[in-house]
Amino acid sequence: MKIAFKLFASLSDYLPAGSLHNRIELDVDEGVSVAEVIRRYQVPERSAHLVLVNGLFVPPAERSRRRLQEGDEVAVWPPIAGG
Amino acid sequence: MGWNRKILRVDLAGGTCREEPLNMEWAQEYLGSRGLATKYLVSEIDPRVDPLSPDNKMIMATGPLTGTMASTGGRYTVVTKGPLTGAIACSNSGGFFGAEMKFAGWDMIIFEGRAPKPVYLHVENDRAELRDASHLWGKSCWETEETIKHELQDPLVRISSIGRAGENQVYYACIVNDLHRAAGRSGVGAVMGSKNLKAVALRGTKGVSGIRDFGAFMQATNDAKKVLADNAVTGQGLPKYGTQVLMNVINEIGALPTRNHRDVQFEDAGKISAEAMHEKRPTDGKPHLVTNAACFGCTIACGRISEIDKGHFTVKNNPKYWGASGGLEYEAAWALGAANGVGDLEALQYANLLCNEQGMDPISFGATVGAAMELYEMGVITKEQIGLEAPFGSAQALARLAEMTALGEGFGKEIALGSKRLCTKYGHPELSMTVKGQEFPAYDSRGIQGMGLAYATSNRGACHLRGYTVASEVLGIPVKTDPHVTEGKAELVKAFQDATAVFDSAGICVFTSFAWTLADVQPQLAAACEGDWSMDKLNEVGERIWNMERQFNNAAGFTAKDDNLPPRLTSEPAKTGPAKGMVNHLDRMLPEYYQVRGWTPDGVPKPETLSRLGL
Repeated sequence: MKIAFKLFASLSDYLPAGSLHNRIELDVDEGVSVAEVIRRYQVPERSAHLVLVNGLFVPPAERSRRRLQEGDEVAVWPPIAGG
Repeated sequence: MGWNRKILRVDLAGGTCREEPLNMEWAQEYLGSRGLATKYLVSEIDPRVDPLSPDNKMIMATGPLTGTMASTGGRYTVVTKGPLTGAIACSNSGGFFGAEMKFAGWDMIIFEGRAPKPVYLHVENDRAELRDASHLWGKSCWETEETIKHELQDPLVRISSIGRAGENQVYYACIVNDLHRAAGRSGVGAVMGSKNLKAVALRGTKGVSGIRDFGAFMQATNDAKKVLADNAVTGQGLPKYGTQVLMNVINEIGALPTRNHRDVQFEDAGKISAEAMHEKRPTDGKPHLVTNAACFGCTIACGRISEIDKGHFTVKNNPKYWGASGGLEYEAAWALGAANGVGDLEALQYANLLCNEQGMDPISFGATVGAAMELYEMGVITKEQIGLEAPFGSAQALARLAEMTALGEGFGKEIALGSKRLCTKYGHPELSMTVKGQEFPAYDSRGIQGMGLAYATSNRGACHLRGYTVASEVLGIPVKTDPHVTEGKAELVKAFQDATAVFDSAGICVFTSFAWTLADVQPQLAAACEGDWSMDKLNEVGERIWNMERQFNNAAGFTAKDDNLPPRLTSEPAKTGPAKGMVNHLDRMLPEYYQVRGWTPDGVPKPETLSRLGL
């Protein structure tokens, strides 16, 4: 199934070279977890601070349990803030 | 003591400057800067005064940590009654001006009356005098700063000034210091313009003396700096990406107000984000961002210095704007961009430069353009009235309206009114995205419920810097809460509001609160200032300041009905994103907030609350 995987700010370094707009499309197995996708791109666990699936926050404890579905959009940020 | 114990009172009508002792009893109750200056203001003016009349006063104030070794201790505050809102105005700025005031030996400057002709205040340590500014009137903030430095033959003089917008009393004119830092919101620059006060030029060589326990202070400030350096947000995220890093986050969660809050997600958010600032432009191969920058004593350095594309239509024939200059920050990028549907980063920077140059708040300006674009698309105002086509998404319209508003030309005079007056004039007050007349910043409260309450109850009108619950609801600082629920938000908003009042009044930047809590500020204040500065005391001071501001607004004529949001946010559901179908449920949160505050159901502080706080 296809999902979108987005890494922002300093995490964009973990995307394959040539990725545009902080985003890649992935073909993944059914039932893959949020944590597995993040690990696949070697994003350090402590850097994956803000993890959203379709814009909704997934707490750290749920990331291994949360199974992705076709068309999901996973977006990850390191600790950031603004104003 | 962190205070100089000295006030400069400037009678603009009489042309005199005189020294007064700082009221140290008040300093113990209101700390400094925002709190202490507000205490002076509310004690000296009629709350119902016309903000642009000579009877209004304007105070520039430092806090006890301003100018010290405390990280970010460069802040100063402008307190007055705001023309945009008619409420208390309290605008905070960084840069180097605040520290210089402290170095010159003053805690605050109170301006009274109106000068018969344009003047500027020159302060060199103890010596203060009003000087003729006829030759400066009509100049921009940038030209004013350059001219005064040249005249004084002193490149180190620090200057706060108004540009053409302040002179023309644009309702959201700001006061600009150090070229691109500003006391930005509520129209404090218009008050300065109404007083014929063009600039304040300071030179101080005294340093800061009288720290209560210098050894303890050095220890406390060093400890606190380590907390900032070790924190991923203040140590890494903000210096590298600045505040604009929020653009993609807030868009992703469906809370990025777009096209005058018609939408909650902007299809071009990525093009105006912090990440885009780092990308090389196809036109000239250079990134927009040149470097980051820090205000006085700041160990975070979130500021952005950028260089516009010299071939862009806005500046192609205007080399004045080709150099590296301030911006973009998140709020400006949002207000000039998503709020108008404009995804052209260079056009946003051009409009931002004009705001810095002529002294306008880019939030209120951009949001007012958004309202005008909606009125244009509805056919309520026409191309002939505006002088050009102004649909959502038009970078040309944004750039031209910025020029017209900054210089007081044509339809720019209407944009200068702010969105509440503009929309009311054209028969659609419901399209003004404001609270108490002040335009919203960059968070849609349909997707971040607590921010709706924070906006509705902000004492200076819609504002994110009075109670930034985004930190908790979105970013997980200090703890993550659910942005879609209303439960617990009354307590959360109150906690943020009271704590922020302490940060502001200490003379430090509220961005430290991404890493610090009051427990990190407390040892610094306790070491710097005489008196009891325990945690209990600080919490009480924050709450006291908030209630004092509320009392002023109530006396100025505001009531509970003004603690409200535009109908669009409470009755038009978000169309897309995770908050799709949601409205803001202010009605569920507000009664609880009044209760938590110790106010009546009508939003009036109860006698026992006032008594407890010594008000």
